[in-house]
Amino acid sequence: MADTISQRIVDDLVANGIDFVTTVPCKQLAGVIEVLDKDDRIHHVPANKEDEGMGLCAGAFMGGKRPCIIMQNTAIGVTINTLATLIQFYQMPLPMLISYRGELGEPVACQVEMAIHTKPLLQQMNIPTFHFHKEEDVEELGKILEYTRMCSKPTAILTDASFWRGY
Amino acid sequence: MIRSDVLKSIVPVITDELVICNIGLPSQELFMFDDQPSNFYMLGTMGLCSSVGLGLAMAQPEKVIAIDGDGSVLTNFGTLPTIANNVTDNFVLLIIDNGSYGSTGDQPTYAGQKTSLSKVAEACGCEHVVECQAEDTAAELKKALDSGQMTIIVCKCESGNIPVSVIEIPPVVIRDRFMKEVARRQG
Repeated sequence: MADTISQRIVDDLVANGIDFVTTVPCKQLAGVIEVLDKDDRIHHVPANKEDEGMGLCAGAFMGGKRPCIIMQNTAIGVTINTLATLIQFYQMPLPMLISYRGELGEPVACQVEMAIHTKPLLQQMNIPTFHFHKEEDVEELGKILEYTRMCSKPTAILTDASFWRGY
Repeated sequence: MIRSDVLKSIVPVITDELVICNIGLPSQELFMFDDQPSNFYMLGTMGLCSSVGLGLAMAQPEKVIAIDGDGSVLTNFGTLPTIANNVTDNFVLLIIDNGSYGSTGDQPTYAGQKTSLSKVAEACGCEHVVECQAEDTAAELKKALDSGQMTIIVCKCESGNIPVSVIEIPPVVIRDRFMKEVARRQG
């Protein structure tokens, strides 16, 4: 069921010119994916793997779109090479809205394994990283999208279970 | 014919199209034969040529050719269902299938053995899939571009490489001149 926070996120994406989104699902992101899939202001392309999604975003960016990728934090493990050799190497802006699994409230032990590595990997990659823990943190989304475009870098927005009020 | 012969043969067919070219030797060969601002060279990121091409085709109306390889498509197999389910009629995926990882020393790929990429593409739901011999590639590419239908061409050719130099244009320059060319065409 779509919730107001998911609608707010999609509205903020649209308000900041995001018009092309690729997704690989996560339970925490189900609401936002549901909302954006119904929104004809955004071209939504589900991807099979997150590096593939970043390739789609890179192409869309060069074609004049403003892309965003929505994925789980485990995808950091999948996309390191793509972030370095495509998004960073060619200096492309790419906001990554990421479900931060494995934090407080997590029921699946294995998710903690990648949660531990998420911030160190992003730091190692010199990726500006923002952490949404409380619902009001969403207020910064617009500024983060503007910042991403300004610096032409990938940026990470980690959204944890507390932000989503469980799932 | 080897891949470089195929590339040389299709250069006259590529007129106004935007080209995304696969990592390694294919990009270096295309750069040597016919460098254009409308060419985007993948200097890294094995496998994503077709994904970048599809994203580009979805984003703007000009025709896009992604010149990919069998090894690259095998690396990013998930691309074929995405292409099939997001029909984009200004997109042509040309897979130059020499049955080997050419840029890394011609190690054999499974596409040169039991796996048929054209059958995989069809099984994924791609509606216009053509498999051809190397010498027919230019004609098939021309036909696909004229058809106005999203087409996957699998060109079967020999394995082998020619000496080429690395591309020394900085990546940001490649990207910037490409985007300026895209923007110029949008008017």
